Amino acid sequence: MLKVLQARFRQGFRTGKFPAVPPNLPEHFRGRPEITPDRCSDCRSRICLSACPANAVQMAENGVTIDLGRCLFCGKCAAACESGAIRFTGEYRLGAMKRDSLICRPGAMPEPEQAENPELRRLCGRSLKIRQVSVGGCAACELDFNVLNTLAWDMGRFGIQVAASPRHADCLLITGPVTENMLLALKKTYAAVPRPAFVIACGSCAVSGGIYAGSPVVHNGVEDILPVDLYVPGCPPHPAVLLEALLYLMGRKRGPIA
Amino acid sequence: MNNGFLILTNGVSAPVADVPVLPMAPFRQMVLDAVLNGGARVAAFFVLPPENGGESRLIAVLAAPQQHQILVASGVIENNCYPAFTTECPAFHWFEREIYEQTGILPQDHPWLKPIRFQPAADGTAPAPGVTDYFQLQGDAAHEVAVGPVHAGVIEPGHFRFQCLGETVHFLEIELGYQHRGLEQLLLNGPVPQTPHWIETAAGDSSIAAATVYQTLIRGLSPDLPPEPESAGIWRAIMLELERIANHTGDLGALAGDVAFLPTASYCGRIRGDYLNLTAMLCGNRFGRSMWTAGGAALPIPASAAAVLRSKMDELRGQLNNALALMFDTPSVLDRLENTGVVTTADAASLGLVGVAARASGLKMDARHDFPLPGIPVLETVPHEPVGDVFARAVIRRQEIAASDRRIMDLLGLIREDLPAAPSVWQVPVLQPDRIAAAVTEGWRGELWQVAVTDANGKFRRFKIVDPSFHNWAGLAMALRGEEISHFPICNKSFNLSYCGHDL
Ligand code: SF4
Repeated sequence: MLKVLQARFRQGFRTGKFPAVPPNLPEHFRGRPEITPDRCSDCRSRICLSACPANAVQMAENGVTIDLGRCLFCGKCAAACESGAIRFTGEYRLGAMKRDSLICRPGAMPEPEQAENPELRRLCGRSLKIRQVSVGGCAACELDFNVLNTLAWDMGRFGIQVAASPRHADCLLITGPVTENMLLALKKTYAAVPRPAFVIACGSCAVSGGIYAGSPVVHNGVEDILPVDLYVPGCPPHPAVLLEALLYLMGRKRGPIA
Repeated sequence: MNNGFLILTNGVSAPVADVPVLPMAPFRQMVLDAVLNGGARVAAFFVLPPENGGESRLIAVLAAPQQHQILVASGVIENNCYPAFTTECPAFHWFEREIYEQTGILPQDHPWLKPIRFQPAADGTAPAPGVTDYFQLQGDAAHEVAVGPVHAGVIEPGHFRFQCLGETVHFLEIELGYQHRGLEQLLLNGPVPQTPHWIETAAGDSSIAAATVYQTLIRGLSPDLPPEPESAGIWRAIMLELERIANHTGDLGALAGDVAFLPTASYCGRIRGDYLNLTAMLCGNRFGRSMWTAGGAALPIPASAAAVLRSKMDELRGQLNNALALMFDTPSVLDRLENTGVVTTADAASLGLVGVAARASGLKMDARHDFPLPGIPVLETVPHEPVGDVFARAVIRRQEIAASDRRIMDLLGLIREDLPAAPSVWQVPVLQPDRIAAAVTEGWRGELWQVAVTDANGKFRRFKIVDPSFHNWAGLAMALRGEEISHFPICNKSFNLSYCGHDL
């Protein structure tokens, strides 16, 4: 017992101060990319399009667009681009309620999406019970969601908890591209959630199929199967990205600028 | 004994025409002899379809640890069947189920020929996941507990059937495949820009191990790639050890949590994240994603990062040791772990277990010792424990945390220069045509193999990933024999196997 108490003092208080202060992100963190308009106009190589493993880069009128719903944040497009048109910023407030908000267009960095889910806010603004379902996830999204439960992030202080049974859940947090072999289980799990049931697509696989889109044994993300209330980009989303997105979904104001 | 095999070393390729082609009977005899009497173990066992007509061949890739050699041979399959190897050597049983499921080629007399992934058959018919015959205990007092695919925690899906008498589990059968994404199929005809990312997400908690193996494999198949600076391999090895420490820390914490010893559970949960943050410090991603490509490092690492990492390691070491000592000094914790979920040395050897699970059952094997990577110091000592219980698996992990820590410190001492980012990290490497290569390293669960065969255009004709979990799920099932069903969570956690790495 004495040892337990000694250890308690030694280990100290470790819960991060986010969202009161910006999260501690690594120096090389790759958040929302900034695309400088018109730098692409002289470029014939289109090298960023072929460099991208996720098919996230598309040609647009005054440059390229990047679909964060597909993007792995690997940085290869920026490394490949000879005119320096693509730069990854520290913007971590990536969660969005509308799919279109995940498309990055050439131009100045926009403010993060401001939308509302009034029903969710009314019912779950102070208490959100999440049932996680992995449908072909590689374990990284699952692990970094689990991290929010550790004392480093302690999502319980915002009323966010993991529910063991879908019957006790307000929403599903889905990871993975939705394998054919999990389709039925996913539908049954969703059916077991009391209405209204909300859905979070976490990670590029769940949002769009990611790099697994097109495989004959997966569906291309959650969207065609269930209505999605929150999209969280990343491969996997950094815990700060996910927590900020969850709080935003619950109706809090967006997190502080990094 | 190795005469009939093509001998490869880690990541060195050979013309695929050099792989000996034998009739099935002598091939079977030679392979079984090497495994049962020659100290070799099966690393990969798969079917290579013919390129232009002709017969399919069964390819055996064996690890011969004493000689640090990789043995390859092939046997011709006639009439779509061959006599199963499993009847002589259980280590083949999962591979043969996979072969049957993927190709329809029948391993005759296989004792338990069922799907392992419920993937569509060659003729396109798709079995319903989990729907198959299960071993059943009969009798009035017998009962069956079925769990999953969706479990009660934040965890991947799988289906478990426990055959019980009262509280005692007499047989556990594990059916997987729910995470099947068609990975091996996707990898065919590569490499393409997606390939390294598919590899990294085969089992996403082992991305650095997977990237390391892939890198080794590609260098073997593509000798024209400009050489990497020496420090690239060293930083990769450092990140591999960080991955090991982070995962072992998380699992020991989770084990503490499962026996309701919350102090260690809480501290380890946090400390695991801090180790992931060290990886992120080097490359921006907590799982080390997208850092290592065929050309080398995607981001530069200044030599000064070594000093920073060293001081952070010094800081975390004390905290982690403190959290772990607490758990290992508490009799009520030890009581739950000791003599629980035993896998004997004989069972572990015959099932072909690898990695932590094998070492905890007294088998001395570690790819960092047996098959070192070029330019990286050999791991000198391989810790192993005789008993094979949950406690042994926990102790091995604790020892490996300390060993990885020391290894990182040693490796940091070798860093002399800044590591520049590789040019053209996005480019897809050009591979030599008609070659075969195998590469391996020790991920945190155990040895991770990749075997590639290229076609006449230098594209992957076959790409085989063998995750350590592929061998070890059978070990978990074995650990539950005669065990109380309430011990399942800690048995499971002590292995903590990958679903996606198995299902691919
Ligand atoms: S960072 Fe995103 S958009 Fe750029 S290449 Fe990687 S996956 Fe494609």
